[in-house]
Amino acid sequence: MVTTHSKEEIFGLLSAIHDPEIPVVTIREMGMLRDVILQGEQCEVIITPTYTGCPAMGIIEQDIIDLLRKNGITEVKVTTSYSPSWTTDWMTAETKEKLRKYGIAPPIHSSCVNWLQPKNLLVSCPRCGSSETSLISQFGSTACKALYSCKSCKEPFEYFKCH
Amino acid sequence: MTQQEALFRYALRLGDNALIQGHRLSEWCSKGPILEEDLALTNIALDNIGLAQAFLKYAAAIEGKGRTEDDLAYKRGERQFYNHQIAELPIGDFAFTIGKQLLISAFEVQLFSALSQSMDETIAGIAAKGLKESRYHFVHSRDWCYRLGEGTELSHAKLQQAIDDLWTYTGEFFEMAPEDTILLVAGIAADLDAMRLNWKETVTGVLSEATIRVPEDDFMQTGSRQGIHTEHLGHILSEMQYLQRAYPDATW
Repeated sequence: MVTTHSKEEIFGLLSAIHDPEIPVVTIREMGMLRDVILQGEQCEVIITPTYTGCPAMGIIEQDIIDLLRKNGITEVKVTTSYSPSWTTDWMTAETKEKLRKYGIAPPIHSSCVNWLQPKNLLVSCPRCGSSETSLISQFGSTACKALYSCKSCKEPFEYFKCH
Repeated sequence: MTQQEALFRYALRLGDNALIQGHRLSEWCSKGPILEEDLALTNIALDNIGLAQAFLKYAAAIEGKGRTEDDLAYKRGERQFYNHQIAELPIGDFAFTIGKQLLISAFEVQLFSALSQSMDETIAGIAAKGLKESRYHFVHSRDWCYRLGEGTELSHAKLQQAIDDLWTYTGEFFEMAPEDTILLVAGIAADLDAMRLNWKETVTGVLSEATIRVPEDDFMQTGSRQGIHTEHLGHILSEMQYLQRAYPDATW
């Protein structure tokens, strides 16, 4: 049986796929899901990586193929596109709030102003809200996050870097 | 050389630089001086490998002979690699790696900044990503240069030695090969010669602040544009390509 889905329906289906590294947000909310191109029987899904070496890309690709197959779409092609290049500016206020509640301080301003002086950034602790924090390292458990520590609640936390 | 051949060589060089730099940095995994640096250096390695994959995939597509990015990484000999010799130098001590990263990342910020304006959409897209990442790499190595340069007598001496030893490998960054000239006319490649001054100003600024003496421009190593390398590249490849050489076409 051939199931026909509209582009919007496929976007809707793919909205259920979560970011393997940050399971509280979906790939659509992260802005990684760029486009769906339907051509005859084939469904091409365009995704873009947050970072070029993002190890989650392979899993996301497989998740997309599996999910669409389950919904009767068998000819799936996943294409990685670098242009336009992903930016944290694509995250909505709602997505940023989800990150914060999950314990990751969301990116502060729009992409990469002040990149030469990262220590001047005022990053608030996602747990206690204090702005008394300090940068430990620009690279955390993944390339997209930096390590901080909170001087008020004494907890370490991660900050999603502007990109 | 046709424009297509030039573009293949150009994408290959961009990919090779990222691949070999990333491979070298990955050697720090579990050997960093502190846990945070272990994470930082391997994160930078991962950025490099990601960039290598993107550029080599594009190179394979331009060539159009059915090769993949994995074929290009694992099935070429050292004379077919075009990465800068500085990329293949052994990681040395922490100061050497930091010095190397400073010189390379300062160059990459310039290069990717120019290439993000390339008329070739794929090159421009990958470079735009590379630019954001290399800025983080630059800030990382710059801040460590300050700490090492102004740290103890020993850390200062080690960083000074590293910069003295590395300087002779920086001339290659700015060499214009035939593919550069062909692609520059087409608005695809970057004008490397024009970057030399800005690069030197940036690097001199950081090193002076870190109280490190900038070496005089003297004899510069050369050869990688023709696939001529130091003795170190062959050793990297023998390790990196072992599996594909021993078990051709093995897959996971």
